[in-house]
Amino acid sequence: MSIEVRNIRKSFDEFKAVDNVSLDVPTGELVALLGPSGSGKTTLLRIIAGLEQADSGEVLFHGEDATSAHVSERKVGFVFQHYALFRHMTVFENVAFGLRVRPRRVRPSEEKIREKVHELLQLVQLDWLAGHYPHQLSGGQRQRIALARALAVEPKVLLLDEPFGALDAKVRKELRAWLRRLHDEVHVTSVFVTHDQEEALEVSDRIVVMNQGRVEQIGSPEEVYSRPATPFVFGFLGNVNVFHGRTHDGWLQLGDARFEVPDGTDARDGAALAYVRPHEIEIERFSPGAKGITAQLQRALVVGATARLELEREDNAQIIEAELPEHRFRQLALKAGETLILRPRELRVFHDHAAS
Amino acid sequence: MSRGKTYRFKQHSVLPGFGLAMGFTLVYLGLIVLLPLSAAFVKTATLSWAQFWDTVTAPRVLASFRLSFGASLLAAVINTVFGLLLAWVLVRYRFPGKRIVDALVDLPFALPTAVAGIALTAIYSGNGLIGQWLQPLGIKVVFTPLGVLVALIFIGLPFVVRTVQPVIEDIEAEIEEAAATLGASRWQTFARVIFPTILPALLTGFTLAFARAVGEYGSVIFIAGNMPMVSEIVPLIIITKLEQYDYAGATAVAVVMLLVSFLFILVINLLQWWSRKRYTNLD
Repeated sequence: MSIEVRNIRKSFDEFKAVDNVSLDVPTGELVALLGPSGSGKTTLLRIIAGLEQADSGEVLFHGEDATSAHVSERKVGFVFQHYALFRHMTVFENVAFGLRVRPRRVRPSEEKIREKVHELLQLVQLDWLAGHYPHQLSGGQRQRIALARALAVEPKVLLLDEPFGALDAKVRKELRAWLRRLHDEVHVTSVFVTHDQEEALEVSDRIVVMNQGRVEQIGSPEEVYSRPATPFVFGFLGNVNVFHGRTHDGWLQLGDARFEVPDGTDARDGAALAYVRPHEIEIERFSPGAKGITAQLQRALVVGATARLELEREDNAQIIEAELPEHRFRQLALKAGETLILRPRELRVFHDHAAS
Repeated sequence: MSRGKTYRFKQHSVLPGFGLAMGFTLVYLGLIVLLPLSAAFVKTATLSWAQFWDTVTAPRVLASFRLSFGASLLAAVINTVFGLLLAWVLVRYRFPGKRIVDALVDLPFALPTAVAGIALTAIYSGNGLIGQWLQPLGIKVVFTPLGVLVALIFIGLPFVVRTVQPVIEDIEAEIEEAAATLGASRWQTFARVIFPTILPALLTGFTLAFARAVGEYGSVIFIAGNMPMVSEIVPLIIITKLEQYDYAGATAVAVVMLLVSFLFILVINLLQWWSRKRYTNLD
């Protein structure tokens, strides 16, 4: 079932948590709401669930207006960051809860409930824990049970609020991959909130980047990462170097160096910000007359297959981060203190509103 | 040498002093609780079995047992229901004057019971603030068992509110939200998720309110009117016997009261233990 969000606004006192957000989630997709804390992503998710009322705007499920429907009527599965399992019930009873509270007419028989619960517990690979209580489980297990519980009511939409936020790094990575596989299996339209860009990039079909209650960009992980629409998205997804310069007639002036402004960017003449990812910087030894940014190598660190370089610009002492494949780094045999020439392979130029 | 399974009283702990603390606890309990209570048993033992039986089965004494335990149980039940409601409102809602209401709950604790008794009598008597409205309806409160009940409800209320309040405060909103997203109605959420969590504390509150009510004297004697066979409570019977220098008779009644109370509390504690085991698995 598709979700449409139309012009949602929500304020808490003076604070605008969600500021005129519209969003489409097509049937069967797994969408990430990504943003820093306070960006309104959780509030938006809770409005979709009906746990929070929007000040204005509409939420449509499969084209039908659900704005005024009560949470319990919306048929959404909701997974909380801190699991919110019922601790006085066994794992089995937790998962069965949604079936047991159904009106008598539509409540499945005890046998059907048992069948369904075991089926779900097998899906989350925790069938052997059916008789345990939540406090006997690890965080990762609890979250999987919470997911099974949410899926028991056969929700039209699955909403996950920072589902892996409370778990340690290793479990998080495992669950991430597992959630993706699970989604491919059950194919329920899902929205999950995260502040972890890696998580969003790895798991989702599409990413909605939010900042200060607004949507900054919507796109596939690939799109959002390699073609960020705004400076914020650039900075939030992955590491990036920011250069302050000026644009004039399609050329960007950074200190002594000059680069062509790529097509399709907003490059009015004036102050400009240029964004370059660390791995999109070409590096060579300094030779007189070579074009590029002159910088000195401060430190180099090899981590696995990449070498991370910390460079200091000669003209204004700005620190620049660059990444090279490890073999290329060995080839160049760079040493700290050497003077190098940097050339961005890719760069994005944005008009600098603050400086002009 | 085979090491049999030995029961260990003492568990390893970073804080030493088990022996001292345990010893002190036992001496203290013995001195403060057991010694006076056993004195009652010793005094009672001066009576022959027949004398004892006659004393405690006298119609007037039996009537007082019925009233004391009946009214105390009923008052505790009423306090449990409305105390829960009060605690819920105090935790869950914000309203002007909430702090004052919260402080008012403790008043029955703080007030001298005689003052409470006199005040209740004044309010519920035929020409009192509330009594004048009840009188035409044919409801007489003062000098009836109903009056006893009113006084016991009054003094028992804080016990339930104060034991349940912190537990309700600890319930996370997410738990209720989770139940709602799973399709539970408000009532189902309360009955299946919230109530089981509160139940052990509620039983504790019930026990305390009941125990307090059984032993209550000061507030009751004013409003009860103390008519034999009608509105005479057990503590009053005991006092009356003492005033007649019938010490053994007084302790005999006291012993029966003690045993019945102990039995009640034991059963409630068992219930509580069971519900705690069943419903709360604390992380």
